[in-house]
Amino acid sequence: MTTKFQAALDSVTRVRGVRGAMLVAGDDGLVVAESLMEGIRGNAVAALAASLAKRFRRASETAAYGLPQFIHLQASQGLLLAALAPSGMLLVVVAEADINVGLARLEMLRAGEAVA
Amino acid sequence: MTDDVRALSAELARDPGSLVFVALGEALRVRGQLDAAAKVALAGLEHHPNLADGHDLYARIVADAGDVERAADEWSIVLALDPRHAGAHKGLGFASFQRGDLDAALEHLELALAADPTDQSVVQALHTVRRAAQHATSQPAAVASVERPAVFAGLEGADRGLLLVDPQGRVLAGGLRAQGGPDVAEEVAAYLAGVSQEAERSARLLDLGEWRWIMAEGEHGHLHLSAPSPSALLLLARDKSIPSGRLAILAARAAEMARRWLEAQTL
Repeated sequence: MTTKFQAALDSVTRVRGVRGAMLVAGDDGLVVAESLMEGIRGNAVAALAASLAKRFRRASETAAYGLPQFIHLQASQGLLLAALAPSGMLLVVVAEADINVGLARLEMLRAGEAVA
Repeated sequence: MTDDVRALSAELARDPGSLVFVALGEALRVRGQLDAAAKVALAGLEHHPNLADGHDLYARIVADAGDVERAADEWSIVLALDPRHAGAHKGLGFASFQRGDLDAALEHLELALAADPTDQSVVQALHTVRRAAQHATSQPAAVASVERPAVFAGLEGADRGLLLVDPQGRVLAGGLRAQGGPDVAEEVAAYLAGVSQEAERSARLLDLGEWRWIMAEGEHGHLHLSAPSPSALLLLARDKSIPSGRLAILAARAAEMARRWLEAQTL
């Protein structure tokens, strides 16, 4: 199981500019698997991404837009991406600000399918 | 600085990884020094990210500061770490009551009482919520009709998919309707309260610089959130037929209109 998770994360971290990827239990923000560059605090990333996802879920469901499948937080020096895997886990990525988001999104959705 | 705060601060200075941050943060919170308490709690959580009492402390601090939704998120984290945490159930009971979700409030308060049957404040809170629940079932819901400023006139979806909100979750302008028609502006605005702080906190802890915007792709539509000024959040909502790239362009145009309107309000 760990190998399957790790292979999925590796496919995402190969995208140029990705500094780390992790699988997070969507409801509680606990780390299931991670592949992070040194200096990135996995637990903090997981908790923050889960919290953001939860907040947006409430807004999105109230607006009848359904569950958020993909979240993109853009900041001046980097970005945080989160994709909801069919299993209910969140695939979270921390990356450089100028990354090819389209490619990262594609790989994240594929990785999400792979760990379903 | 009182003696206990001084002693706890000294102990924490000697050992920044000490669990004494919980007692120090609580002492500062009780004294109303919320900024200092939040700093202590966040620094402590960096050392102990899985400490339920640390997240509970931070939740109580942000609740005292008026951000109940953010506090609820923290209490949810506490329950993930410790499902029987009385403080978290009590806090979520309070947050649910604030949101008007009386069923959830009752459930959490009953779990809080089961975890700590001696807590009289929970008994009192349960009494209040049960009374409110009885009252709610005997009164038909009132429907309010609200006139809001036409800040986004000329933009597509100005009154049903563009919402300007203040940091406390109150609607400033615009409107938001769920697919099918009902006005959900007030409810969504409340959920968005604190998102900017959450985004700022995320960006800071991850060394990402200043946050610019957040986009969420839902099953049936997209949400785009930005901060046209430090005192306002702008939500753009569109169905899935609008590509995410175009959403960003629309959001930039709406943000410019919002900025002009906000500036005019301060003149």
